[in-house]
Amino acid sequence: MSDVLLPPEFSGLEPYAATWCLATEAERWAQRQCSSMDEMQAFYDAFFPRAEQAIVYCERFPLDDMPVPAERLLQLLHSLLMVSYAVEVWKQPEVINGGSARIFRILEPRP
Amino acid sequence: MARFKKPAEGTWTQHYPELGTGMVSFEDSRSPAFYELEREAIFKRVWLCVGRVEQLPRNGSYFTKQLPGVKASILVSRDATARVRAFHNVCRHRGNKLVWEGTPRDEACGSARQFVCKYHGWRYGMDGACTYVHQEDQFFGVRKDQLGLAPVQCGTWAGFVFVNLAPEPRQTLQDYLGTMVGALEGYPFHQMTERYSFRAENNSNWKVFSDAFQEYYHVPPLHTHQLGPTEQARNPEYEFEAAHYQLDGPHRMVTTSGTHKHTWPAEHLYPAEALTRSGSTGPWDAPDLGAVLPGVNLSGIKRWGIDNFQVFPNLEILIYERGWYVTYRYWPTSHNTHVFEGDLYFVPARNARERLAHEYAALTFKEYGLQDCGTLDGTQMGIEQGAFRDYPLNDQEILVRHFHKTVGDWVDAYARARAQERAQ
Repeated sequence: MSDVLLPPEFSGLEPYAATWCLATEAERWAQRQCSSMDEMQAFYDAFFPRAEQAIVYCERFPLDDMPVPAERLLQLLHSLLMVSYAVEVWKQPEVINGGSARIFRILEPRP
Repeated sequence: MARFKKPAEGTWTQHYPELGTGMVSFEDSRSPAFYELEREAIFKRVWLCVGRVEQLPRNGSYFTKQLPGVKASILVSRDATARVRAFHNVCRHRGNKLVWEGTPRDEACGSARQFVCKYHGWRYGMDGACTYVHQEDQFFGVRKDQLGLAPVQCGTWAGFVFVNLAPEPRQTLQDYLGTMVGALEGYPFHQMTERYSFRAENNSNWKVFSDAFQEYYHVPPLHTHQLGPTEQARNPEYEFEAAHYQLDGPHRMVTTSGTHKHTWPAEHLYPAEALTRSGSTGPWDAPDLGAVLPGVNLSGIKRWGIDNFQVFPNLEILIYERGWYVTYRYWPTSHNTHVFEGDLYFVPARNARERLAHEYAALTFKEYGLQDCGTLDGTQMGIEQGAFRDYPLNDQEILVRHFHKTVGDWVDAYARARAQERAQ
């Protein structure tokens, strides 16, 4: 059972956990850039309908003392938002008219 | 078409007649010679924002701040008496960069009782005094008490830490900020301590980049997607009009009514906006910051959205009606490159739902910021091409006009003073 990452209520999302449970924006951004739209659409379609339920699950715990599976679920929610820009807004992994620009997030609250 | 009351003169620009209404040259954004003057005339003489007091939580806290345009690293510390001090981050012995982590180009922060130079082990107290010279008896007549760090003029206002590289600044920080910016003194910035920081190295002059954030005229055409998922919402011909513009000395501000997406029907929202109750104007569920917010919404509009204060030369403070704020800083590195820093500040999230609302606002900032960064490289290329000598600016671009005039005035004044010195 050591490969189970998420709370049991969200076991249906396990196929996405190894790829998208990422702790930092830098990792999530990089994963979006190297994922295909089909991969991201599949993750989005599987997770978005259950996202509110996942938020309700996570918000029961204090942010600085979350059980590890809940913290991973919160990371997965962060990735869902990262992917949502590709799926809902740009219809591609990259920002439209972003040119060659790069912006790095160098500080963020954790988890 | 006017949705908001304009000054008696009929336009904002004509309300400030010293600005004129003619075409504006951007030679100041493509000339290497002008850049050299700008560094001396402005960046070495003006109050520059290097951070927030929250970065110095206790006595002994410190952080470094690289100021690329003037090739300086500043060491900011809170000494044993809680006083915030700033020094050139340079060892008095042989000029080694004193405090750094990783590489000398990287910033450092933390807490210490003293600073120790990595090179020859000289030590300094948090007040900058030299406390230890290794093998002191080998030196020739040196006195530790005369070998402290070089102090830099430093001040705090509303929790922002400013430094001035001039040994004797012409104005105190308070006088420099003036009444319009100064009125924000009591705004509850100190409650918004959850910070997201962004950094970009852009291929444009620092003013070219700043110009985009001094006007919202560009938003409907460039950031069409920001308006919403439907064709109805995405109208690049939407006519933008700000509610209020105000100038005060070198500083300027604009008030807009914002988008108030929290009042929109769901079909005009992206699903993730509705899920997180957040987006480009921040989390919809605003924290309670108190009934009275000093210094904002100067014209008292009913549907207040954002106040955008441009503190000369390179700090912008955006205060959102939904109880969060953003700062932008633009640090020139050459006549056609700069470092951009964006910082988002929220009242700390109390749970995962609030964290995700902040995260989505921070994501939104980067997604649309990349459109600005990407596009403005092209603006720099266009200006450098020299196809046109000057450019028309409309009334909604009054702050761009004021910014370039102010920069020009400072550079002219500096050049005149130098010429007078040479003539004497």
